[in-house]
Amino acid sequence: MHLDHPETYPQRYAAAPSRQRRAPTPSSAPTTRPDGTRRALRIGLGGPVGSGKTATVAAICRQLREELSIAVVTNDIYTREDAEFLLRNAVLPAERISAVETGACPHTAIRDDISANLEAVEDLEESVGPLDLVLVESGGDNLTATFSKGLVDAQIFVIDVAGGDKIPRKGGPGVSTADLLVVNKTDLAPLVGADLEVMARDARAQRGELPVTFTALTEPDGIAPVVAWVRERLACWTAAA
Amino acid sequence: MTTTTATRAALLVLADGRFPAGGHAHSGGAEAAIAAGRVSDPASLEAFCRGRLGTAGLVAAALAAAAAAGANPLLLDEAADARTPSPALRMTARKLGRQMMRAARACWPSPALDALAAARPRGAHQPVVLGLAAAAAGLGPLDAAHAAAYEAVSGPATAAVRLLSLDPFDATAVLARLAPELDRVAELAVAAAESALDDLDALPAASAPLLEIAAEAHAAWPVRLFAS
Ligand SMILES: Nc1nc2c(ncn2[C@@H]2O[C@H](COP(=O)(O)OP(=O)(O)O)[C@@H](O)[C@H]2O)c(=O)[nH]1
Ligand SMILES: [Mg+2]
Repeated sequence: MHLDHPETYPQRYAAAPSRQRRAPTPSSAPTTRPDGTRRALRIGLGGPVGSGKTATVAAICRQLREELSIAVVTNDIYTREDAEFLLRNAVLPAERISAVETGACPHTAIRDDISANLEAVEDLEESVGPLDLVLVESGGDNLTATFSKGLVDAQIFVIDVAGGDKIPRKGGPGVSTADLLVVNKTDLAPLVGADLEVMARDARAQRGELPVTFTALTEPDGIAPVVAWVRERLACWTAAA
Repeated sequence: MTTTTATRAALLVLADGRFPAGGHAHSGGAEAAIAAGRVSDPASLEAFCRGRLGTAGLVAAALAAAAAAGANPLLLDEAADARTPSPALRMTARKLGRQMMRAARACWPSPALDALAAARPRGAHQPVVLGLAAAAAGLGPLDAAHAAAYEAVSGPATAAVRLLSLDPFDATAVLARLAPELDRVAELAVAAAESALDDLDALPAASAPLLEIAAEAHAAWPVRLFAS
């Protein structure tokens, strides 16, 4: 088997054997604003359509918006759906939410050609900044869709139990390399016959030491473990300044 | 002006559909034309592309050629504004110009690109940036014109594949059939740019009213897959 050398791959290396998965590496995007101050931490949220990405974004914003300056970029397949959900639910003021069109190719916009997303992030910084945290939600895609290191500093991959408890075993770059894997909708597990133990074991096999968390966003404070992880990332981000 | 073999490959990099300058999210008017039923198959796609090539494509190619030939980019930017009646298309051209600028500066750092980025932080018209990028890559005006002309048709062809589930071989064959016309438009654009270097008003001003009108309508759609 080909062995990965941790020192020589500065970026995520999707084919690395699971045992060698390691702590996330920093983004390749410049970490300062044009004026030299440290820019906002950027977190990407990917995963299949309907797994709960927008619900996660909304819950994170509700928890943290009092203490942090937050903005959101959505990449919906149909440009406005997610942004409008966030607006309708008054998660953030309209000027803090930006929608990007992806030309029917959501993975391209977060991985191969990140121009429009970078521009949206920078425009938000400029119009409502300084920001502490920018959440970039991918338009739902397949299991191979991951964010470029040029766009985000860390990424969360959201799957749900209703998609079948085999998804962690199927792996793919999203499941196996995301900085945090969220298995959402655990409230539905008994209804769809999903075995959470199996999902946890398979995820561990795919991800090695990388964290996995189970959530039910329907529960009060169901977002807590994700928010705790975001706080940790923020603390590292500011400490590195 | 001819391409030297030393710089030929840079043109491939610049004109590659995967060059990360934001083009993938733009249909060049194809999404609106498809929704209106004006593009529905390879034949109507070819007609659409031919029309865009001879109008917006020629203007873009001439602007790119003039920029690559050393014309003042800020004056070219104004010339591009004057040749783009639709506010939505002007905005699109500047957005794409800003995105092209980011990619170009990463690939071929140059003082000319830096100066234009500083003067137009929200983006200059994309063909102007493309022309400067070509020059920074060691390419000439004819190369810049070719890249701009090709982009005028490759965007709609790719979008048609996605929106109509068109057979990708058919769509690419459309581009292949248009190749001689692309060459002709690029040559025309270079000739026009060279004779307009002292008076940019003389740059081509061909336009396709339906492209402009449809772009305005498209920008107001509540839901769309492509940004333009
Ligand atoms: N039962 C249940 N439904 C959820 C949960 N999280 C999200 N949903 C619902 O799942 C649907 C899709 O969620 P959404 O966030 O839009 O998914 P996205 O496509 O990944 O952004 C919505 O109807 C949500 O209300 C959960 O934890 N449990
Ligand atoms: Mg969503």
